[in-house]
Amino acid sequence: MSLLRAEGLAKEFGGVRAVEGLDFEIREGQVFSVIGPNGAGKTTLLNLLTGIYRPSAGRLWLAGRALAARAPHQFAAAGIGRTFQNLQIFFNMSALENVMAGRHLHERCGLLAALARTPRLARAERDCRRLARELLEFVGLAAYADAPADSLPYGALKRLEIARALAAEPRLLLLDEPAAGLNPSEIRGIDGLIQGLAKRGITVVLVEHNMKLVMGVSDHVLVLDYGRKLAEGAPEAVRGDPRVIEAYLGGAEH
Amino acid sequence: MRGLLALAAVVLLAPLALANNYHYEIAILVGLNAIVCVGLNLLIGYAGQVSLGHAGFFGIGAYGSAILAARYGWPPLASLAAATAAAALLAWVVGRPILRLRGHYLAMATLGLGIIISIVITTEDRYTGGPDGMSVPPLALAGFALSGERAWYWLVGALLVATVWLSLNLIDSPVGRALRALHGSEVAAEVAGIDSARHKLLAFVLSAAIAGLAGALTAHYAGFITPGKATFLHSIELVVMVVFGGMASTFGAVVGAAVLTALPQLLTVFKEYEMVVFGGVMMLTMIFMPTGLVPTLAMLARRRR
Amino acid sequence: MSGELAQFLLSGLTVGSIYALVALGFAIIYNASHVINFAQGEFVMIGGMATVSLLGAGLPLALAAALAVALAALIGLALARFAVQPARGASVVTLIIITIGAAILLRGLAALVWDKRIHALPAFSGDAPIAVAGATLAPQSLWVIGVTALIVCALWAFFNRTLNGKAILAVSHNRLAAQLMGISVRRVLLVSFALSAALGALAGILVAPITFTSWDVGVMLGLKGFAAAILGGMGSGPGAVLGGLVLGLLESLGAGYLSSAYKDAIAFIVMLAVLMLMPGGLLGARAAERV
Repeated sequence: MSLLRAEGLAKEFGGVRAVEGLDFEIREGQVFSVIGPNGAGKTTLLNLLTGIYRPSAGRLWLAGRALAARAPHQFAAAGIGRTFQNLQIFFNMSALENVMAGRHLHERCGLLAALARTPRLARAERDCRRLARELLEFVGLAAYADAPADSLPYGALKRLEIARALAAEPRLLLLDEPAAGLNPSEIRGIDGLIQGLAKRGITVVLVEHNMKLVMGVSDHVLVLDYGRKLAEGAPEAVRGDPRVIEAYLGGAEH
Repeated sequence: MRGLLALAAVVLLAPLALANNYHYEIAILVGLNAIVCVGLNLLIGYAGQVSLGHAGFFGIGAYGSAILAARYGWPPLASLAAATAAAALLAWVVGRPILRLRGHYLAMATLGLGIIISIVITTEDRYTGGPDGMSVPPLALAGFALSGERAWYWLVGALLVATVWLSLNLIDSPVGRALRALHGSEVAAEVAGIDSARHKLLAFVLSAAIAGLAGALTAHYAGFITPGKATFLHSIELVVMVVFGGMASTFGAVVGAAVLTALPQLLTVFKEYEMVVFGGVMMLTMIFMPTGLVPTLAMLARRRR
Repeated sequence: MSGELAQFLLSGLTVGSIYALVALGFAIIYNASHVINFAQGEFVMIGGMATVSLLGAGLPLALAAALAVALAALIGLALARFAVQPARGASVVTLIIITIGAAILLRGLAALVWDKRIHALPAFSGDAPIAVAGATLAPQSLWVIGVTALIVCALWAFFNRTLNGKAILAVSHNRLAAQLMGISVRRVLLVSFALSAALGALAGILVAPITFTSWDVGVMLGLKGFAAAILGGMGSGPGAVLGGLVLGLLESLGAGYLSSAYKDAIAFIVMLAVLMLMPGGLLGARAAERV
């Protein structure tokens, strides 16, 4: 079943077309990777899928229904979560609180309840705390739970972003270069983590430069070049595509 | 919770050290300013949104309640509630367009708003008495007027403890986390499903309402109010109390209000030097202790351990 | 044109020139450092008050004025060196409080060193009014408008023809690139504060014969110059001049035809409206920091 479908998606910045006429379909439960050289429009695409940018043209369907969200928080409420290439951690909180903040959508509470800390809210907070701890454990950060976020090493912050995004229980999780800046053993960890997500039945969109990681975990790969679709298909098929090799794989990457 | 108990203990035991009515008066002013600062800290310290215009809301609370009670004969409790609501309503109306701005631009917009309010208060002298100020009837319930320094002390003390309790609860709730999150990274907060515009507005309205309430109480307590309390300079004093005590620290806001309210009162001998000292303290604190007094002391204590 | 309207326009241009000079000061510092210097108004005060006191000590006007400008520039340098530079990279609130603290400190010092009385400076070339289009113009207004025009030309030349000026522009466009080109960002900060302080002081001297001066004139003049800078577009030099003139005219016309009681509010209503509706201002290159 199709979870997300894009039709004619385009984004222009003052005449420069960052993304142009993009059609694709992400199936439920897939690991869907987006690759392409720097400046190909990958992060722009993620920004379009999370409402940070408004498309200049094109439409999005989520689970068969036209996506009516406008602000990013409405995209989140519709079930789309993401991490950031340049870390966007809440550095003014502990690691655990970062994940708890990620559960915002499931923790609706009124101002008065929050001010008076009603017993019901106190119970919900306990559950939220427990769930956040479990998620930190899942991404391998249990030891850091109560540490201030700004004391965590870089690799741990990347995992923290994933835990925070997972806390919202998204149907679709967008990962923007989760392996960038990590060493090989940390990358293996991220690899395992993504496979763990797939086992949980979460649909993942992966934007990544590390080809080994992409080819290993993906079910489907979309190749962008200058904002347009260059090719798409199964990892093996894409790897063999001469146009892709010329535009991208033939270059410095391997 | 330990902090809250400590604050309650200070409020309960302070009268042992208060020798005369003048001391009580200072304590009451400290309490009222601390209430404003705890609210303002939610906006500046936790949500990360600067306001250089909160004396405007303080002034609306003070003059609103004073005018309704003195000129229209409202019972003071009703005028107090109405004036607080008026401050909150104004914040709600102007907050939407203003809070879209960030950083310096937000600071300028709130500054402009505060100055406009203070000009209106000074100019509409038919209602406000203009620059000379106006007298305000005492707070009364069912015919019993609240009078005497001691009664006011207990009222303000109880309100301060309650405000701190509510603030601590809020900060450690989904709403408070949302506020801190949008301070940490607005885009990440939005992507986590946090409606940042709504939460900024909430912090703005809440802090304005608290400033309005404290303004109204100050007016009824003092029995007289002048436009000085609504000026740009008072807005700055409030922000400085918050920042001096420590941003994103509720007890920091209380300590900041206490030190910067009490010190000038106790140092009246140096009246001529008051501005020089105040300006100098502002600069030195920000240069050498940018996180504020309480967080800096807390950090030093942790390092010692 | 009716004499009344001409009168409002002339006085609007005069006071608008002063706002333009103060706004230029804000713009120069904002460009060089992205700091909004809330002490800008105090330089206006220092210019006026120092000239009054030096004149009282028997110095000729030109020398008194020159020394007052130099004094303000020195204080500007000290402010940049000892208060703003140590706090580089601090949050917006921190920098705002530092410069407001400096403003309060300077005001307090002025009250101590000089006094809390209101002073007038004699007009530079007499008080005999000149008739223009049915209105009367004080010769001092000509001084204000003329000197402002000269300064705007000189600034244009400074920023486009001299190395120091170009360095400031380079830093405002791209700090890192400018640093890589060997420009000292530190020096640019110092130069911009000294220059802005000198501009403010000059404005204070020019206007003192018209509006008088005292230890606390800096607050309102500073805030209005600030509103003018926003109206023109924060960080834009031509915008600051245009913003100042437009604000002066709006204020003078508003006070004349609408309400003189709310004269002082006009600047801030305009500022709020600009911030809400077009945060880039009239000539702002960049949009304001919005989501």
